[in-house]
Amino acid sequence: MGATHLPATEFDGTGVDDQLEAEAEAVLGAPDAPMVQLLGPDGAMGEDPVFSEYANRLDAEKLRGFYADMAAIRRFDQEATALQRQGQLALWVPLTGQEAAQIGSGRASQPQDYIFPTYREHGVALTRNVDLAELLRQFRGVSNGGWNPKDTNFHLYTLVLAAQTPHAVGYAMGIQRDQKLAAANATPGQPQEPKAAVMVYFGDGASSEGDVHESMVFASSYNAPVVFFCQNNHWAISVPSTVQTRVPLADRAKGYGFPGIRVDGNDVIAVHAVTEWALERAREGKSPVLIEAFTYRVGAHTTADDPTKYRGSEEEAQWRAKDPLERLEKYLRAEGLADDAFFAKVKADGDELAAYVRKTTHDLETPDIRTAFANTYAEAHPLVAEELAWFEEYSAGFADESETADVKAAEANTDGAANR
Amino acid sequence: MTTMTIAKAINEGLRATLNNNPRTLLMGEDIGPLGGVYRVTDGLIGEFGADRVVDTPLAESGIIGTAIGLALSGYLPVCEIQFDGFVFPGFNQITTQLAKMHSRSNGNLTVPVVIRIPYGGGIGSIEHHSESPEALFAHTAGLRIITPSNPHDAYWMIQQAVDCQDPVIVFEPKRRYWLKGEVDTESPGPSGDPFKAHVLREGTDATVVAYGPLVPVALAAAGAAAEDGRSVEVIDLRSISPIDFDTVTDSVKKTGRLIVAHEAPTFGGIGGEIAARVSERAFLSLEAPVIRVGGFHMPYPVAKVEEDYLPDIDRILEALDRALAY
Repeated sequence: MGATHLPATEFDGTGVDDQLEAEAEAVLGAPDAPMVQLLGPDGAMGEDPVFSEYANRLDAEKLRGFYADMAAIRRFDQEATALQRQGQLALWVPLTGQEAAQIGSGRASQPQDYIFPTYREHGVALTRNVDLAELLRQFRGVSNGGWNPKDTNFHLYTLVLAAQTPHAVGYAMGIQRDQKLAAANATPGQPQEPKAAVMVYFGDGASSEGDVHESMVFASSYNAPVVFFCQNNHWAISVPSTVQTRVPLADRAKGYGFPGIRVDGNDVIAVHAVTEWALERAREGKSPVLIEAFTYRVGAHTTADDPTKYRGSEEEAQWRAKDPLERLEKYLRAEGLADDAFFAKVKADGDELAAYVRKTTHDLETPDIRTAFANTYAEAHPLVAEELAWFEEYSAGFADESETADVKAAEANTDGAANR
Repeated sequence: MTTMTIAKAINEGLRATLNNNPRTLLMGEDIGPLGGVYRVTDGLIGEFGADRVVDTPLAESGIIGTAIGLALSGYLPVCEIQFDGFVFPGFNQITTQLAKMHSRSNGNLTVPVVIRIPYGGGIGSIEHHSESPEALFAHTAGLRIITPSNPHDAYWMIQQAVDCQDPVIVFEPKRRYWLKGEVDTESPGPSGDPFKAHVLREGTDATVVAYGPLVPVALAAAGAAAEDGRSVEVIDLRSISPIDFDTVTDSVKKTGRLIVAHEAPTFGGIGGEIAARVSERAFLSLEAPVIRVGGFHMPYPVAKVEEDYLPDIDRILEALDRALAY
């Protein structure tokens, strides 16, 4: 049996998309980006001439790890959403539904690879060993970053859509030059540094931004070792992906001259296989790759959003039936790779993680604004120094007043006590 | 000491930095075999190869964005934007990404990207080829902006920009690319700090602050004023962000009068910032209001009338008359 070629859109039958697809096919011919799927919604494993080989590399421990990661990040997502509702976070960007796309791709990366996320890649962050509590700094308003990207090769979240895509290509061009230099200076017999690649995440909405186009042009022109990972979660806040594109997003790669693959983004095994293939290809300098993970954002775009205003519950129900965790659980149980005890432990670990995140978030300290003065420039800057000096003097004046106020308040309390 | 044009001085400065630092690389449209539309990168691809003198796709956001990525991976990119009016497709990358990467990473990341922008009018060109958008960038914290007015500064400032850990935009006065002058390639001399203003001519009656293309105009105006018995001090600002207010304020304390001249429209421009700061710092030394000489509140006009738009010697002298009338 060959690759499981699912329809180009899973909205087939709903009418609107059928019409768009038909029109697109009439003009462009049939879409040639079939969707790679290995693990179906029923938990049954399929075959693929290219990617089954990659899936076969996964042992039971790794598969259980995928499940544990997905469960952990879903539990984290629930906790962060709750924290936002309790007023502890200014905003939260939920990922529920996209766990397989993120864990599958993140786990396919190697430590030497560098990852540029957008702002929803909490699952990828987990695979890069970013402390999940650090992720919340930005959403609590105590930092515009929160972690040091150099520690994990996981870059800061970027909120301006697609702005990180050219950064990724530039970084890949740097890696390319480093590797060329290393090869030129290599001593025979000496072990070489492992080759690296860059992976950059963006969504179906961001795919309309000019930076995605420009970054793909640059990637192609210089054959940069970069993998573009598009999570097509079907909604750019309230605008459906059909407004962003008339053809499968993966097909766009052909226009730039490198491979594009649509993968079932709710199938962690297929996502892992496809990403591993793409990263290997990029590291070897064969070409950039565009991966479109066909998935669904089950919840809101952010906690400020109300999806009931723009989409029906029927659509959500269709996608819940393709839940990435449930299908892996079915497979693990059917194959005898995990038992009740495993799933109970995963749940307990998730609760523990949630408690840790809750406590750590409450404990996050508000930074002193002096750190913002210190970090605006890397080198000394007279205007910043002047404004900081003014701020110090101004603040010092308040300190005197507050001391006076404290004394007065203390006196008032004493008076009150005396009068009682 | 050797004599060369500003364009040649930048070319030599780039050559020096490419030689001195293996991680420096140039990026831009047409900068390879063509040597740039102003030939500023002439010959460099032959010496350093296509990996270090990178002819890029025609995409300003892509140029700046990939330069940010290269800087994050440890390289020192110098981007060329072909003309001032073409920087705006890259504006988002410069203001939302480049300027803020150090700050938002809590100081963990630096992005030492240099962006060269030929700017200003006076070359009889068509629209989008003569603008002075420096104030739009100066308003963004995190960027540094410098502009040389002579070959010696041009040679050294480009190298100093590459050495700086912060992002630096170098606005190059394109109508002065062919201005010749002496360059000391052995030592920067008083140009050691690219963010410091230079007093080019001492005077006692009034101060004229200018930068980039208007520095020769300011010097000529001071010369003409001297024939009328007026002693005018001329300051080349050199750095638009940060601004060396100490040098400006010290001069105003001596002369009591200040005129700021630039090609950009006066409204919301650098001249207004200097006027405001000087009034805060040296109000009691001022004998007259600070007077701005600059472009009008209009898109840069068509070339046939640009001489009516661009500040010239007479416009500076008229401002001087007004200042001295108080």
